[in-house]
Amino acid sequence: MNAITVSGVTFLLIIPVMAAAVLAVLPGYRLSASLNIAAAFLTLLAALSLFIWKPATGPYILVDDLNIVFVVLNSFVGFTTSVFSASYIAHELETGRLTPAHLRFYHAMYQVLLFAMNLALVANNIGLMWVAIEMATLTTVIMVGIYRTEAAIEAAWKYFILGSVGIALALFGTILVYMAARPVVGEGQDGMVWTVLIQHVSSFDPALLDLAFVFLLLGYGTKVGLAPLHAWLPDAHAEGPTPISAVLSGLLLNVALYAVLRFKLLLAANPGAIAPGPLMAAMGLASLIFAGFMLYRRHDIKRMFGYSSIEHMGIIVFAFGMGGPLANFAGLLHMTMHSLTKSAIFFTVGHIAQAKGTQTIADIRGLTVTHPMLGWSLVVGVIAIAGMPPFGIFMSEFLVVSSTFVRVPLLAIPLVVGLLVGFGALLLRLQGLAFGEPKGRSAPVQASYLPMAAHLGLVLTAGIYLPPPLVTWFQHVASLLG
Amino acid sequence: MTGRLAFDVSHLLAGGLVLISFMLLYQNRLYALLNVFALQAVVLALSVAWQAFVQGAPHLYITAAIALFFKAIIIPVSLHRIIARLGIHREVDTVVGIGPTMLAGIALVALSMVVMLRVTSEADSLAREDLAFALSVVLLGLLMMVTRGNAVSQVIGFMSLENGLILAATGAKGMPLVVEISVAFSVLIAFIVIGIFLFRIRERFDTVDLEALDRLRGDQYRGGQ
Repeated sequence: MNAITVSGVTFLLIIPVMAAAVLAVLPGYRLSASLNIAAAFLTLLAALSLFIWKPATGPYILVDDLNIVFVVLNSFVGFTTSVFSASYIAHELETGRLTPAHLRFYHAMYQVLLFAMNLALVANNIGLMWVAIEMATLTTVIMVGIYRTEAAIEAAWKYFILGSVGIALALFGTILVYMAARPVVGEGQDGMVWTVLIQHVSSFDPALLDLAFVFLLLGYGTKVGLAPLHAWLPDAHAEGPTPISAVLSGLLLNVALYAVLRFKLLLAANPGAIAPGPLMAAMGLASLIFAGFMLYRRHDIKRMFGYSSIEHMGIIVFAFGMGGPLANFAGLLHMTMHSLTKSAIFFTVGHIAQAKGTQTIADIRGLTVTHPMLGWSLVVGVIAIAGMPPFGIFMSEFLVVSSTFVRVPLLAIPLVVGLLVGFGALLLRLQGLAFGEPKGRSAPVQASYLPMAAHLGLVLTAGIYLPPPLVTWFQHVASLLG
Repeated sequence: MTGRLAFDVSHLLAGGLVLISFMLLYQNRLYALLNVFALQAVVLALSVAWQAFVQGAPHLYITAAIALFFKAIIIPVSLHRIIARLGIHREVDTVVGIGPTMLAGIALVALSMVVMLRVTSEADSLAREDLAFALSVVLLGLLMMVTRGNAVSQVIGFMSLENGLILAATGAKGMPLVVEISVAFSVLIAFIVIGIFLFRIRERFDTVDLEALDRLRGDQYRGGQ
């Protein structure tokens, strides 16, 4: 390894680590919440600096046009969530659900999580990527269980076991990729460096690559929350602190998806290997339809939006599975829009649950009357996530559907059915939550509306007007994805 | 001649791991299960050390040492204590009977042989057979996690699955980051074991029976918290 040159990536990784170390020992809630926000903001700046100041590709670090999108989205939502987290956690501290000691731990873990996700995104070495995703899983498991209630521990345990099996399968896939690479690129370091692999992948043994991809798709797919392997996701979303639900849905699922995409690119570059697209499209479609139906019988508001995340990850994986410039563009746009919208919804839902003292849907009624700001934010958020115009999700879903109609019309039918089923469920629930006679306890809540306003504003803007530079950028990335 | 010996010994050790995976499947007492798992960890340590010697890769001795000290001694001893302290059922709770499980295990081993030997026909024979054994251990570990009802035996299933992964990683000659990965896995396992203890799953639920953990799945109506 040659001398490490300082670049945006260095800051991207060092800032969260240092912040985590400081936050772990820093007493006092106010100071640590502000420090958490400041560190997340600096990380965002470091991420943005990658646009103009791209570091050289090394054996461990890779920054290309594909992962910049993920890194910037990751750091942006990481920052806004830290702002939301400050007001959310203040309330949890007042009500005594969290103790100051838990809080130090919570803030430190938040930064470790940001570090692990950024590391997974910029890793050029597939082994390093695996270690980073495992680290992200571990930190979120701890955060999900932080309330120490029976339900929270159940959720954390389930997430733990399923997540561990997932990453174990992903590791087996990673080993198989190395085995496929070894005869061609030789032993040692190079066999796990993604940029080396993609150069030589056309001469790898296709059968071994196929097998590797199956393990990788199942393994990382568990973390994406794809249909048969999704069981951990709704519980983890429902029982953990809401900022973590926002980060899980908005970011961690994307990171796992990013890993799948990297390996999809490897497979696509090998002429003898199976086409990875149909496998991904099938799993995506299954997740979409399954989650669409599961949305109907939910009683817990956070769990409901957890299922909605499965649905949207299904759409995204389906779009990337279809491939081609248009579908990839739609997939990228949908991923960005989903991250922004879903985290905004969780910001709102977090405050709603605090105001009403419950997460049970049946006990939350007439929010627009009792808490106009929260109620209407929820209305806007749900309308956006359900895919109604003029929001960005409408546009990306429209692109997914229309590109499917052009290429495989038969697949468009289940796709549209799945979308409509989910749409119906969300609007049905929204009506009860937001309108009608107010019901149950309603305490005033000190909410920070800025993060959700920022997210929903961006989603609305994207739905009306996508700036041309962004379109060109996404088109470029879409063409990279093949 | 030495090549032949290297091949036979690593074959023997990898085969031993598969055999012990089968032994894990038919244990019906938790303490016995722990002992068999410790035995598997010892065999894994031997196998990794042999690979380190044969491949001339001294860093693998670290992985072997982790397997020996962490997985063969520390983990079984602490699980032993946890079982005693928390008063967990001493029997393994089987969801599927021993007989069908063993048959399924045989089928899985056959499956991994068929898959791996066909797929890796171009790789060198040591690597491919090592991989076939490793996949068998992984699948048997998964089978154990699926067919066992209580948390401790599921954790042991996971750890034996992980033994298969370490076998695969060390068998892949010259694979980088093996040590780092085995350390990362040890951290994961330590967390799981600490999790059982700290969360006191026994206290929270009447048993460590995972059926009790499944209540969330039904998404029943839960009143206000």
